[in-house]
Parts: sequence; structure tokens; C-alpha cells
Amino acid sequence: MAAVDDLQFEVIYLCQMDLQMRLFRVYSKEFGNAATSVAANPDATTVSIEDPGETPKHQTGTLRGSGREEDDELLGNDDSDKTELLAGQKKSSPFWTFEYYQTFFDVDTYQVFDRIKGSLLPIPGKNFVRLYIRSNPDLYGPFWICATLIFAIAISGNLSNFLIHLGEKTYHYVPEFQKVSIAATIIYAYAWLVPLALWGFLMWRNSKVMNIVSYSFLEIVCVYGYSLFIYIPTAILWIIPQKAVRWILVMIALGISGSVLAMTFWPAVREDNRRIALATIMTIVLLHMLLSVGCLAYFFDAPEMDHLPTTAAIPNQTVAAAKSS
Amino acid sequence: MAEAEESPGDPGTASPRPLFAGLSDITISQDIPVEGEITIPIRSRIREFDSSTLNESVHNTIMRDLKAVGKKFMHVLYPRKSNTLLRDWDLWGPLILCVTLALMLQRDPADSEKDGGPHFAEVFVIVWFGAVTITLNSKLLGGNISFFQSLCVLGYCILPLTVAMLICRLVLLAGPGPVNFMVRLFVVIVMFAWSIVASTAFLADSQPPNRRALAVYPVFLFYFVISWMILTFTPQ
Repeated sequence: MAAVDDLQFEVIYLCQMDLQMRLFRVYSKEFGNAATSVAANPDATTVSIEDPGETPKHQTGTLRGSGREEDDELLGNDDSDKTELLAGQKKSSPFWTFEYYQTFFDVDTYQVFDRIKGSLLPIPGKNFVRLYIRSNPDLYGPFWICATLIFAIAISGNLSNFLIHLGEKTYHYVPEFQKVSIAATIIYAYAWLVPLALWGFLMWRNSKVMNIVSYSFLEIVCVYGYSLFIYIPTAILWIIPQKAVRWILVMIALGISGSVLAMTFWPAVREDNRRIALATIMTIVLLHMLLSVGCLAYFFDAPEMDHLPTTAAIPNQTVAAAKSS
Repeated sequence: MAEAEESPGDPGTASPRPLFAGLSDITISQDIPVEGEITIPIRSRIREFDSSTLNESVHNTIMRDLKAVGKKFMHVLYPRKSNTLLRDWDLWGPLILCVTLALMLQRDPADSEKDGGPHFAEVFVIVWFGAVTITLNSKLLGGNISFFQSLCVLGYCILPLTVAMLICRLVLLAGPGPVNFMVRLFVVIVMFAWSIVASTAFLADSQPPNRRALAVYPVFLFYFVISWMILTFTPQ
């Protein structure tokens, strides 16, 4: 009796193994040369059968590990293929569950710091997305960098206006709280709508011209979010009420973040018609410049060149100066 | 035998002896006692349902809640690693603190036409939506703290800043001036640091160690914004 039962169990066990081997073959076809790493680690396959919810995380863990060494030098095909596959593989929870959104926050502290560093030091030839994001776009960076930027602009604007008008007797300081909501609208609209438009445009061009490199929507949001980081110290330094200093800061910040964006998107459009490619890059940089100049003009009062502390002897001149600005 | 069939294949231990040999020796209901006490980590008031709280005086009811709130205030003012805030969370304290802060920070209703300080509703919304956003962020990063526990901690840790607001208002009665400003700046900075230390003491343990900084930074930003609003408050 016991022997028969054991035999039944053996049969069931063998059927399970057969099923696993069949599925393993299916997976290995999909993932090509990365299958060797999976074969070396059969536990990954076993886990994938018994617990389908766990499959994507384990598999992408091993695959990402092996794929990364290979695509450091690669610029093209394999990488974007893997990117597409891995992106599809990773977000396997339905979008109404909490776990789906947790996949967008799957970053460690050092990774966020690395990405911020990458956005501050654009090295020609190194693509921000390829180097730092590597098919793990996160929403933590863009969201909190934008939030910090909003408060930095609002607070610095307030402070700089206060310092500029410090001596005037007619000036009563008010903390202009409305500016926070306006800043929030502008920054978040820029950080989400411009990537949406750019992504739509790139998808449209991709359908006409076969591009080697294509980015997912979240990767574009990620690049834009991290590229805004340079504006945080810039906004704080804009407190200095000198026009020349402010414009130099604008140029520096625009140079750095504009070049990060340009170098990221150049590989995506260079296969295209020369003029369209150039126009795209120019538009990206132009919008960036509009954002920074607009913020400077709206939130920071112009430092008056002929500003003098009021004295009782020359009230007329002060009033005239205030009127002319 | 049914249990043996359902258990998953375990190739590692399969080979030397018949599969699942020992399983027939295990039965669930008779040999292993399955009993004990399951306590749900919410307020201990649940147990008092046997002694009905319906008949007690209103004074007792209110004092019980007030004492719980007061005990948590003490825990915030002297932050040690303790579980009281997390275990017996409540939102009364945060509500009281938020309403007090918003009442003191709101702009003069007579001057509401031109730009000024925040309205009552704006402060309220900032505090609560800020707390909800930080909680969501912490949960998305993989923390194992519950939603309301986190709201409770963040709300209670506004207490030092509310105290700072009270002190600033008193100091402002003495008239504006640079010395006045220095005193207020010092008080706000100290209370800001106190809030951060208190909330980090409670929240930091719930995050995996490689993401702790990512979870604490939004808390820093939140209290910084509130401190800024307190510092720039000017009576009309």
C-alpha cells in the first residue's frame, strides 16, 4: 500500500518536473542568451512555477544582473529589446493594486544619489538613461525633486523680495502664499506634460523611421525630473539681488541640464531627418530655458539699479524711482 | 494522504527515502494545541466593552481620551524609542494640533484681498495632505508601518512647532525688530530640530536600512515648510 502511494507521488512529482521543464524552455526562448544564467540557477525556475506572483521579480533579478555587464558597451538593439521585455515583465501586477505602484519606487538611497550626480555632471557620450536608469525608472526622484524645487522657488522669491525692499518705509512684508500654488502648477505641468508630448512625438517618429533607441514614458519623466535638480541650488542662489549674477546662474543651469537632456535624446532622434532631429533638440532646450527664465521673471522682483535706502531729505526721488520700475 | 498530495514538489529532499514519509504522522487538530490569545493592536478600550462604558460619566470618557493624548504629547517631547505612539495610535492629537496651528497662522480676514499669509484652509490642507503624501511615500518605498500609525506620528510631532508658534506670537507682541527676529529664528530652528528628531525616532525603524534616507527626507521637507510659515508670520 505504501509502495503504491509512493509510486503515485513519484508520478505526480515527475509530472510537475515535466511541466517545469516545458515552461523553462518557453522562458529560455523568450530571453535568449540570458537563459544560461537561469539554467545555472534552477531555483529561479522552480520558484516561477509555484508562485506566479513571485516570478517577475526573481526572473528580472537574475536577468538584469547578467544583462547589465553585456549592455554597458552596447548602444543599440539588444538593449532596447531587453528594455521593452523587462519593462513589460516587471509590472505584472494589475494597475489597481498597490504593488504595481511599488515597482516605481524600487530604488535605494545610493541609486538616487547616483542619478542626481549623473544629472549634474553631463559627460559627453554617456547617456543618462542608459547609464543610470537602466530600465528601472523611478518616480521618487522626479516627484520629490519637483516638490523641493517648488518650495525652493517660492521661499527664495519671498526672501529676495524682502531683502530688496528692506529699507523702504512703504513696504510691508507679506508672505505671499499664493505663489506656492502657482509654482506647483507650473513645475508639475512642466515635469509631466512636456515628457508626455515628447514621448508622443517620439512614438510617432518611430512609426515612420526605425529608430534604434526608444524610451518609455516613465524613463522620459525620470530624465526630466532629475534634470530639474540643478535648479534647486540655482533658485537659492537667485536670492542674491544682482542682475548679472542671476543671469550667469541661468546660463550655467541651462547649460548643464540642457546638455543632459540633449545628450539623452540625441540618440533617439539622430536616425531621423536631420532637420527634424535638430528641431526636436532645439525645442527641448528652448522649453527648458523658458521655464527657468519665466520662474526668474515671475517670482523674483528685479533688483533696482538705482535703489537707495530712503532718507527723509529725498522722498520725491524714491517715489519716482519706485514708479519707473 | 490528501495532505501529502497537495504539498509542493520538493526535489531537494526527494531522493533517499519515500516521499512525504513522515507526513502521515502529523495530524492537525488533536495533537498540537491551537489556542491562545490574539490581541489586536488597537486601543485597549476594546476590552472594556465587558464593563460597559455606556454608563460611565461623560467626565470619565473625556478624561480617558485626554489622558491618552497627553501621554503621547509627553512621548513626543521626550522622544525615546517606545512603541506607544505606534501601538495606540489616535488622530485626536494631530487634529487638535493642526487646528491650533491653522488658527494661529491664518491671515487677518480683513486683508484677504491682497496677497498675504495662508488661509486657515490652506494650512489645514498642507498639513494633512503633506502627512498623507509622506505616508504614501514611506509605504511605497517598502516600509512596514500602517497608514494611520504614520499619520499619527507625523501629526503628533507637530507639537514642538505649535509651541514655537505660541512663543513667536508672544514675542511679536513686543514689537518688530532685528532682535525680535533673531529670537524667533532661534526658537523655530530649535523646535524644527526637535520635531525631526522625534519623528525620526519613531519612523526610522520601519524602513529597510538602505532606504532610510529616502523616507526621512520628505519628513524634513514637510517640517521645514511648516517652520517657514511660522517664521514668516507677521501680524497685520
